[in-house]
Amino acid sequence: MSITSYNGSALVAMLGKNCFAIASDRRLGVNFQTIATDYQRIFEIHEKLYIGLSGLGTDVQTLYQRLKFRHKLYQLREERNMRPETFASLVSAMLYEKRFGPYFCEPIIAGLSEDNVPFICTTDLIGAKQYSSDFVVSGTASESLYGACESMYKPDLEPDDLFEVIAQALISSVDRDCISGWGGIVHIVTPDQVITKTLRGRMD
Amino acid sequence: MECLFGIQGDKFALLVADTSQVQSIVVQKTEEDKIMLLDSHKLLATIGENGDRVQFSEFIQKNILLYQFRNGIPLSTSAAANFTCGELAHALRKNPYFVNMMIAGYDSEEGPSLYYLDYIATLHKVKTGALGYGAYFILSLMDKFYSKNMSLDAALELVDKCILEIKTRLMGAPPNFVIKIVDENGAREFAWRKSVEDNTGPPSSAPAPLTPVEVSSQA
Repeated sequence: MSITSYNGSALVAMLGKNCFAIASDRRLGVNFQTIATDYQRIFEIHEKLYIGLSGLGTDVQTLYQRLKFRHKLYQLREERNMRPETFASLVSAMLYEKRFGPYFCEPIIAGLSEDNVPFICTTDLIGAKQYSSDFVVSGTASESLYGACESMYKPDLEPDDLFEVIAQALISSVDRDCISGWGGIVHIVTPDQVITKTLRGRMD
Repeated sequence: MECLFGIQGDKFALLVADTSQVQSIVVQKTEEDKIMLLDSHKLLATIGENGDRVQFSEFIQKNILLYQFRNGIPLSTSAAANFTCGELAHALRKNPYFVNMMIAGYDSEEGPSLYYLDYIATLHKVKTGALGYGAYFILSLMDKFYSKNMSLDAALELVDKCILEIKTRLMGAPPNFVIKIVDENGAREFAWRKSVEDNTGPPSSAPAPLTPVEVSSQA
């Protein structure tokens, strides 16, 4: 079993009309043993920028701490927030720094630009960026997430409809993956508010 | 077959660890205390490679005390847990410590808290947690019988259920366990659950007789 599937994870982000949604499961496991069902994989960098980190739990925490630190330094030096594109490049560069001893995380970066254009992007564990204009998935449930997203996603959805689509895609995907699930969490980010909802799926 | 678990209850948190020191098929000791008092209101229970266990827990304890001496205020439980996690994560890609642990503490504002921390430095705040081979049997037991803000008596009843389960179902179950507790009055040893007494050791380690032995001299 690969180290990226040691803890188990499911992560997805979708673009909507002037908004985006990012969602993940909540399980923390050690292989097939469940340790906790309130694990956090999605983190706020600033009000309009979120990062989700799938993969090895320890590296999720380490990487988030380092990224948060780098963003705080940027804020102090530049007196502004990072653009999502800039942040994606930072993530990519930090991952590639560890090319031959990588962090076992595949991040999803989702944000709104200054003029509220949504942006989503994913990278592999050594920082190869992949931009997307519809949805991105990551984690041990990524195969089933691709299927669910491809059949459910529609472009330019309003926040409420986008929530339904991403929640249904996540819930149905994790049911086909043994090591992710145990409920989920969804963040819908619009220009003037962030809606966070926790989901209950199959809690077994 | 090491076992370690913890429960957070109403205004207290407790940790239970086995006290066996095993090498290969030999039980060398059954009174090895694996739960360390980090400071007045923190407990650190460790299982894993024995050398790493002792070295790492002492390193953490001394650094937490050093912080307290330097700054005049103790670290909060969450700060201590994050410090421990950071040290473990730092070592992970260099010279890892093979130590799994649980940290329990009590803060005046936060109340009791319990943290799960494994050897690859995954830190998570939990209400109940278990590590080692015992975890396979007692995680489900704790899910079933744990209730939010349970009383000390109820928690001890659950602890005894867990120990009984380990002793009945785990091959090579450890005979003795130590229970330590932390609440507003501080961290302390609470009780032992023993099924064997440790009377091993060379004759020289035996306690001296109370009355001096009379030696008859035949001069």
